Amino acid sequence: MTQSSSKTLLGIGLLAVFLALPVIADMLGQPALTSLATRVLIYGIAAASLNFILGFGGMVSFGHAAFFGVGGYVVGILYQHYASGEPLFGFLPGTNQLLITLPLAILVSGAVAAIIGALSLRTSGIQFIMITLAFAQMLFFFFVSLKAYGGDDGLIIRRANEVPGLNMRDKQTVYYVCLAIAVLFFALLTRLVNSRFGYVLAGLRQSEQRMAAIGLHAYRYKLVAFVISGMGAGLAGALMANFMRFASPDMLHWTKSGELMVMVILGGVGTVFGPLIGAGTFIVLETLLASWTENWQLGLGFILLFVVLYTQGGVQALLQRVFGSRS
Amino acid sequence: MTSSILKVENLQKRFGGLTATDDVSLTVEPGEIHALIGPNGAGKTTLISQLFGELAHDAGHISLNGQKIDSLPTPDRVARGLARTFQITCLLPDYTALQNVSIACQVQKGHSFHFLASARRDTDLQEEAAVLLRRVGLEERAGELVANLAHGERKQLELAVALATRPRLLLLDEPMAGLGHVESQQMVDLLLSLKGQFSMLLVEHDMDAVFALADRISVLVYGRIIATGSADEIRSNADVKTAYLGEGDELC
Repeated sequence: MTQSSSKTLLGIGLLAVFLALPVIADMLGQPALTSLATRVLIYGIAAASLNFILGFGGMVSFGHAAFFGVGGYVVGILYQHYASGEPLFGFLPGTNQLLITLPLAILVSGAVAAIIGALSLRTSGIQFIMITLAFAQMLFFFFVSLKAYGGDDGLIIRRANEVPGLNMRDKQTVYYVCLAIAVLFFALLTRLVNSRFGYVLAGLRQSEQRMAAIGLHAYRYKLVAFVISGMGAGLAGALMANFMRFASPDMLHWTKSGELMVMVILGGVGTVFGPLIGAGTFIVLETLLASWTENWQLGLGFILLFVVLYTQGGVQALLQRVFGSRS
Repeated sequence: MTSSILKVENLQKRFGGLTATDDVSLTVEPGEIHALIGPNGAGKTTLISQLFGELAHDAGHISLNGQKIDSLPTPDRVARGLARTFQITCLLPDYTALQNVSIACQVQKGHSFHFLASARRDTDLQEEAAVLLRRVGLEERAGELVANLAHGERKQLELAVALATRPRLLLLDEPMAGLGHVESQQMVDLLLSLKGQFSMLLVEHDMDAVFALADRISVLVYGRIIATGSADEIRSNADVKTAYLGEGDELC
């Protein structure tokens, strides 16, 4: 089996599982499974966005929760102004329309990523990790002290954003909306990593010196990749705010950045669908382990150790080795 | 008199108390192979890195085609026709030989802000890359990952990648280093086949290769050029003999 056809098969298999899931969940009498799967999809988008620069571009950002949180706050703040009727900054009306809030969340988180990226990408290696973390923490404390929008407590969004013709109060509808967006996102991501841009980005991971020597201005390409990655995380954050009906500084906490990174590593660094599989593994493990013990992180830690030491490329590589050898 | 393709004037580089490049002036004429020889630690690679913009020089000037390029970053120098190969090969290990060349062709064609069209269907780039691989004798290894290439093949690939940037001046940093006798001879033949089409500044330890290829030779010792001239002039130069060749063997 060729590599690309096995990837296509993986994509189709994942899609089939996600499409059938709410039906199966209802049949099993476990509607909570649908909520679980929604979170997997959303975190999958966020983790895949991080992986775009981490796995493909070799830029280890430890502050990606910042963009996730900014996306969430865009939805939350717009909703608050919609509910109160007061315009934002005195002239921007609030809104509860998903088709407006999502693009805005993507734009705003992209703009924040452009600023943070423009400064952070002047460094590399450990310094880059630390400076992205520092920026994320700055934003975290900014939102903590933002009393007008809930400060420490966060913002409650009474109703999920509306989409014309859909009943967004229904959890299954929200799930299918997230699924449709995720399909679109992963289709775009696949195109992106196979494009000239993706080709250059993977080259920069392998050797920046070589890429400069063939005449490439590395900084511009890294910055654009960083912005794209921030936009993806912002999209995920906006979806999460809709799903949880809540946006809080917790979304920007550095542990959230860590969780995204764990998902990437669990699933498979530098693969398109690995982070989605990683997000699924992480959230299922979290749910299972947390139902047994309060100290579920300990169990997760051991599993992560096993994955890093023995699978050589995360759960996706493990699956491919198990199933790939038979076909 | 035609103008030099590369002109280096009074170049200086210091690392703390160590003067790595000490008032170096040299030229490379169009179509010429100018060899730079010197004992280990003489500052040859340091000089190449400064010419290529990877290291900033402290004083002096570098001109390419009559234009000063002192403050240009490396990619801009590449755009103006400068290319280098690395002594310790610097390639993209996860890419195939063909991909290493085609990505250089891609960058040479202009910006790479193409986000959606598949790069695998860039058959023009791949054909161009295949031609260059054939030129350096690697066509049969096109689909092989760089990580699986032998040392000599990587040296050939370095050259193909450099050619893909459509250079006017090649800075070759020890292209024969670590090659066996036969491979070395193949590399000499390859460079001879390129002679005249590209100007070259050749850093090399292999004296047979240098005498076979170079039009002019400069000798660099402790960061300073002690002699420049034809092969015969260098062979008979007393300073060179004591400083460098004299310690060696019967080569000269």
